[in-house]
Amino acid sequence: MASSTHDKTPAYYVPESSRLPIAMAFTLFLLAWGGAGVLQNVSGIQQNSSGVWILSVGLVMFAATLTVWFTKAAREHMAGLNSEQLQESYRQCMKWFIVSEAMFFAAFFGGLFYVRAFELPWMAGEGAKAATGMLYEGFEYTWPLLTNPVPEAVPGPQEAMHWTIPLINTTLLITSSVTLTFAHHALRKEHRASLKNWLLATIVLAVVFLGFQAYEYYEAYAHLGLTLDSGIYGSTFFILTGFHGVHVIMGTIILIALYFRVLKGHFTGPDHFGFEAGAWYWHFVDVIWILLFFVVYIF
Amino acid sequence: MLKRLRPFSLLAVVFTALMVASSGALAGWELNMRQGVTEISQEIYSLHMLMLYIVCIIGVLVFGVMFWAMFKYRKSKGAKPATWHENTRLEVLWTVIPLVILIGMAVPATVTLAKIYDTPDADITVKVNGYQWRWEYTYLADTPEEEVSFFSSLATPRFEIRGEAPRSEFYLLDVDNPLVIPANTPVKFLITANDVIHSWWVPDFGIKKDAVPGIINESHATVLEPGTYRGMCAELCGRDHAYMPIVVEVLEPEEFEQWLAEQRGDVAAAEQDDSVALTSAGQVRSFIQ
Amino acid sequence: MTAIPHDDHAHHGPATGLWRWVVTTNHKDIGAMYLWFSFAMFLLGGAFAMVIRAELFQPGFSLVEPEFFNQMTTMHGLIMVFGAVMPAFVGLANYMIPLMIGAPDMALPRLNNLSFWILPFAFLILVSTLFMAGGGPNFGWTFYAPLSTTYGPPSTVFFILAMHIMGASSIMGAINIIVTIWNMRAPGMTWMKMPLFVWTWLITAFLLIMVMPVLAGLITMMLLDITAQTSFFNAAGGGSPLLFQHLFWFFGHPEVYIMILPAFGIISAIIPAFARKPLFGYASMVYATAAIAILSFFVWAHHMFTVGMPFAAQLFFMISTMIIAVPTGVKVFNWVATMIGGSMTFEVPMLFAIAFVVLFTIGGFSGLMLAIAPVDYQYHDTYFVVAHFHYVLVPGAVFSIMAGVYYWLPKWTGHMFHEGLAKVHFWMSFIGVNVAFFPQHFLGLAGMPRRIPDYPLQFANFNMISSMGAFLFGLSQLLFMFIVIKCVMGGKKAEAKPWEGAEGLEWDLPSPLPYHTFETPPKIK
Ligand code: HEA
Ligand code: HEA
Ligand code: CUA
Ligand SMILES: [Cu+2]
Repeated sequence: MASSTHDKTPAYYVPESSRLPIAMAFTLFLLAWGGAGVLQNVSGIQQNSSGVWILSVGLVMFAATLTVWFTKAAREHMAGLNSEQLQESYRQCMKWFIVSEAMFFAAFFGGLFYVRAFELPWMAGEGAKAATGMLYEGFEYTWPLLTNPVPEAVPGPQEAMHWTIPLINTTLLITSSVTLTFAHHALRKEHRASLKNWLLATIVLAVVFLGFQAYEYYEAYAHLGLTLDSGIYGSTFFILTGFHGVHVIMGTIILIALYFRVLKGHFTGPDHFGFEAGAWYWHFVDVIWILLFFVVYIF
Repeated sequence: MLKRLRPFSLLAVVFTALMVASSGALAGWELNMRQGVTEISQEIYSLHMLMLYIVCIIGVLVFGVMFWAMFKYRKSKGAKPATWHENTRLEVLWTVIPLVILIGMAVPATVTLAKIYDTPDADITVKVNGYQWRWEYTYLADTPEEEVSFFSSLATPRFEIRGEAPRSEFYLLDVDNPLVIPANTPVKFLITANDVIHSWWVPDFGIKKDAVPGIINESHATVLEPGTYRGMCAELCGRDHAYMPIVVEVLEPEEFEQWLAEQRGDVAAAEQDDSVALTSAGQVRSFIQ
Repeated sequence: MTAIPHDDHAHHGPATGLWRWVVTTNHKDIGAMYLWFSFAMFLLGGAFAMVIRAELFQPGFSLVEPEFFNQMTTMHGLIMVFGAVMPAFVGLANYMIPLMIGAPDMALPRLNNLSFWILPFAFLILVSTLFMAGGGPNFGWTFYAPLSTTYGPPSTVFFILAMHIMGASSIMGAINIIVTIWNMRAPGMTWMKMPLFVWTWLITAFLLIMVMPVLAGLITMMLLDITAQTSFFNAAGGGSPLLFQHLFWFFGHPEVYIMILPAFGIISAIIPAFARKPLFGYASMVYATAAIAILSFFVWAHHMFTVGMPFAAQLFFMISTMIIAVPTGVKVFNWVATMIGGSMTFEVPMLFAIAFVVLFTIGGFSGLMLAIAPVDYQYHDTYFVVAHFHYVLVPGAVFSIMAGVYYWLPKWTGHMFHEGLAKVHFWMSFIGVNVAFFPQHFLGLAGMPRRIPDYPLQFANFNMISSMGAFLFGLSQLLFMFIVIKCVMGGKKAEAKPWEGAEGLEWDLPSPLPYHTFETPPKIK
C-alpha cells in the first residue's frame, strides 16, 4: 500500500496533523459563548458581565487563527505541495461556499417577499385571509411601510430611505467588479504594475461604498426614524443591507490581504487560486447588491 | 431462522387487524379516529379509513413478497444467487401503479378539502382567542353591547393533577365555561391568539386551526347532534399547554337562543353595576402557579 | 518536491496519546470521533426521552414539572436530530467515502477536523442552557416564534449561537463531502460505478448546503427579534409568526430527508451483500434519490396544514408531498427485488436492514396519510405524528446506522463482534421499538396531543405500554454499547472481507484498516 510514488506523480497532499482546527473550534466556542453573553447584556435580557471578555478573547483568537491558517495554506501552496487536484478541490469548495452564502441571503429575500406578497395584504383586509384585517382597523398596506399594523406598539419610521445614495453605491460596486476583473486580466498576463493599480482601485471603491453605507445608516437613525425596531420595513432593510455590508467588509479585508500578497510577489499568471477565490467572492457580493438594490430601494 | 422471522409478519398482521377492527368499545383502548358529528369530520374519517386500507393492502403485498423471498431464497436452503439486476418493464410498472393509486387518493382528498374551504353563510360567528392558558370566546354581533364574551379555563382541580384525589372522568377535559353553539346551524369561527400560537381543536368537528397572534383564521362547523364535545389545545404554547382544554356544548337551536339571551342580559346587568370586568362567566384562573 | 519539509508526512503514523485525536487530519480518526460523539449524544438524547416516557408512564404529575418536561422534549428532539443522527451519518461518510471511491483522504482534511471539533463545543453550549437561569429551550425542536422569541427563556440567545456554530460545522462538512466525491474519485470510478452510499451522500450534502444557511438566516432573524426588537415575527410591526414557520420548514423538511437518504445508501449496500446478488435497479436508485431530494424543496408546508393557508397552497403541498411516495416506493421495491433470486443469510447487519425496510415503510405509510391535508387536520400535532416520525427515524435512520456499524465494524476494528449478543440486541431493539411507538398511532388517533406532560385518562393504557417498550429499547442500547466496546477491545480476527457477498473497494483493504489507505489510487474494474 505504502509503495512510494515519490518521484513520479505528486501524491495528494494530506496535511500532517494540525492544531489549527481545534484552535478554530475553540475560538468559535468563545465567540458563540461570549457573543451570547454580550447580547444578553446589551439587550437587557439578563445581566452578563463575563460575555464581553470571552468575546474579546474570541475575536483576537479568531483573527490570529484565521491569519495563521491562511498563511500556512498559502505557504503550502507556494511550496508546491498542492497538486492540481487539490487546487481543484479548493476551487470547488469555494464555489459551494458561495452557494451556501447565496442561500443565507435567500432566507432574507424570502422573508421580505413573504411579508409583502401575503402577510401585509392580509392585514390590510385583502386576499385569502382578509378576516385578519379586523384586527387592524384602518391599516393600509403601502411599501415602504411607514405606518405599522399596530403603530401604538411599534411606531413606524417617519420617512423611507431614498434611492440616490444607493444608486451611487450600485455604480461603485459594479465599477469595482469591473476594476477587479481588469486586475484579474492583468494578473493572467503577468502585468504586475497594472494588477496592483486595479486592485488598489477596487479597494478604494469598496471603502467608499462602505463610507456611503455608514452615512446612510447614520441618516436612517438620525433623521428618518428608520431603525431596527421600527417595524418590518426597518427590519428587512437592515438585515439585508446589514448582512450585505458585513460581506463587503469581509470582501474588502480579503482584497487587502490579496493586495499585500501581490506586493510580496505571490500569484502567477497560471496559478493564483487565492486571488480567484477572492474575486469570485467579490462578484458574488456585487450580484447580491444588485438584487438588493432593486428589491429594497426601488420596488 | 424462519421461526425467528415469523414475528415480523405476525406483528404486521396483528397490528393491521387491530387498526382495522376499530370499534373503540373499550374505553381507554381507543384505536381509531372518531367519526365526529359534522359532515366534514365524517368525510375526514372515511378518507382516513380509505388511506388506511390502501396502505395496509400495499403493506401486506410488499411485505408478503419480501417474506416469501426471504423464505424461498435462503442460502441454508441451497438457493443459488442469480445475477440479474434490472428489468425495465417491472420498474416502469412499479412507478406507474403507485402513481395511479396516489391519484386515486388525491381526488377524494381534494373534494373534501374544497368542501372545507367552502364556508357557508353563518348566522353565528364566534371569535376564538387563545391566551396562555385559556380560551376566550366572543359571540360577534352588530353592536358591541350585544356581544357576549367570556373566558373558558380548565376546571380540573389541582389536587387531582397532583394525584391527591382520585381523578374524575373528564380529567383535564373540563372547563368552567364551555363554548355553547346551536346544532344544525352553520357556525363560523374566527380564530386568533393573544400571545403565542395555540391551536383550537375539536376532534368531533373535524376542526383544528392554529390560533396565531396577529392573524385571523376562519373555520366553520355545522354540528349534526347536540351534545358535549371535548378537545385540547394542539400547539405547544408554553408551560400549561396541556391544561387548556376546549369544551363545546351543542344545544338545540331554541335552547341556544335562550342561552344567548340570558348571557346578553347578564352582560347588560354586569355593565350596570360595572364591578365585574368581563362577564358573569369570566372567572379568570391561571392554573398552576 | 524534495525541498519541502515534512514531505514524507504521509508515512508517519498518527501522533500518540489523546492529543492524536485532537490534531488529527485523518479521515478514519475523524470518522470514528464523529461516531463516538454521535453515540454519546444518542445516549443523552435517549436519557431525555426516558424522562419523557417516565413522566408519561401514567397521568398526573409524577416526576417533573411541565416547564422541565418541555425542556426535555425540546432537547431530546434537538440532540437526536443534530447531535445523534446527523453526526452519525457524517461519521460514516468520513470513514467510508474515501475508501469507497479509492481516495487517500477527504478533500480538505483540516477543515474536516474543524467540522468535527465544533460539534462538542456547540453541544456543550446547548446542554449547558439547561442549567441557566430560566432553564433551557422549552419551545420544541421547531422553536416556533413567538414562543421562542418574545416568550423564550433568557438562555435562548445561547441556544441560537450554539445552533449557528453547529450549522457552520454541518455546512463545512457537507462541502467537504461533496468536493471529495466530485474531485477525489480514483481513475475509473465513474459516476455510475459509485456505491449508492456515496451517491446518497452526494445528494444529502447538496441538501445540507442548500438548507442549513436558511436555518442560519432564520435564527439570525430570531436573534434580532429578541435582542434588537426587530419585527420579523411580530405582527404588530408587520411581521408574521407564519414567516417563521415557512422558513423553518423550508429547512426542516429537507432536513428530515438528510436523515434518511444516507440510510438508503447503507441499506443498499447491505441487502445485496447478504442476498449475494447485485442491487436491483442501480440506476433507478440513483434517480429516485435525486427525485426525492428535489421534491423535498417543494413540500415544506405539509407541516403547516393547520396554520391557515389558501386552498391552492394546501392542494399544491398535499400533492407534491404525496408524489414523494413514488421514488421512495421505487427504492423499497428495488430492495425487495434484490432479495428475490438471491442466496440469503441473515447476519446481524441484514436483520437490521430487513427491519429497516419494513418499519421505515410503515413510517412512510403514516407519512402518506399525514400528507392528505384534510385528514391531517385530525392528525396534526398528535401522537400520530410522533409515531410517524419515530418510525422513520428510529427503526429507520437509527437502525440503518446500527446496520452500518455492524457491517463495517470488522473492517474498522479487525475483530468480529459477538454475533449472539448482537442478535439479542437486534431482537430487543426490534420488539422495544415497536412496543414503544406502534401504540402511539392509537394515542394520536384517539386525540392525544403531542408535547404534553399530562393527559386525560383514556390515554393511560397505551401510554404505559409505550413507556415500557421505550425502556426496553433504551436498555438494549446499553447492550449495543457493550458489544461495540467488546469488539474494539478484541475478538475473533476478521478477514479482509468478512461477509461473503460484500462488494466494494473497502473490502480489498486489510482489516483493521491501515492508517493511510489508497495513497496510490486503486485500479477500478
Ligand atoms: C427520516 C425522517 C422522515 C422521513 C423519511 C419522512 C417521510 C415522509 N413524511 Fe414525515 N416527518 C418527519 C420525518 C420524516 N418524514 C418528522 C421528524 C416530522 C415531524 C416534525 C415535527 O413536527 O416535529 C414529520 C412530519 C410529517 C408531516 C407533518 C405532520 C403534521 O405535523 O401534521 C407530514 C405531512 O405530510 C409528513 C409526511 C411524510 C411523507 C409523505 C413522507 C414520505 O417521504 C414517505 C414515503 C414512503 C412511503 C410512502 C413508503 C414506501 C412506499 C411504497 C411501498 C410505495 C407504494 C406506496 C403507496 C403508493 C402508498 N411527515
Ligand atoms: C433521530 C431522532 C430521534 C430518535 C432516535 C428518538 C428516539 C426516541 N424518542 Fe423521540 N423525538 C424526536 C426525535 C427522535 N427521537 C423528535 C424530533 C421529537 C419531537 C420533539 C418536539 O416535539 O419538539 C421527539 C419527541 C419524542 C416524544 C414526544 C414528546 C412530546 O411530544 O412531548 C417521545 C415520547 O414518547 C419520544 C420518545 C422517544 C424514545 C423513547 C426514543 C428512543 O428510541 C430512545 C432510545 C435511546 C436511549 C434510551 C438511550 C440509551 C440508554 C440509556 C442512556 C440508558 C438509560 C436507559 C434506561 C433508563 C432504560 N420522542
Ligand atoms: Cu395553548 Cu397549547
Ligand atoms: Cu416534512
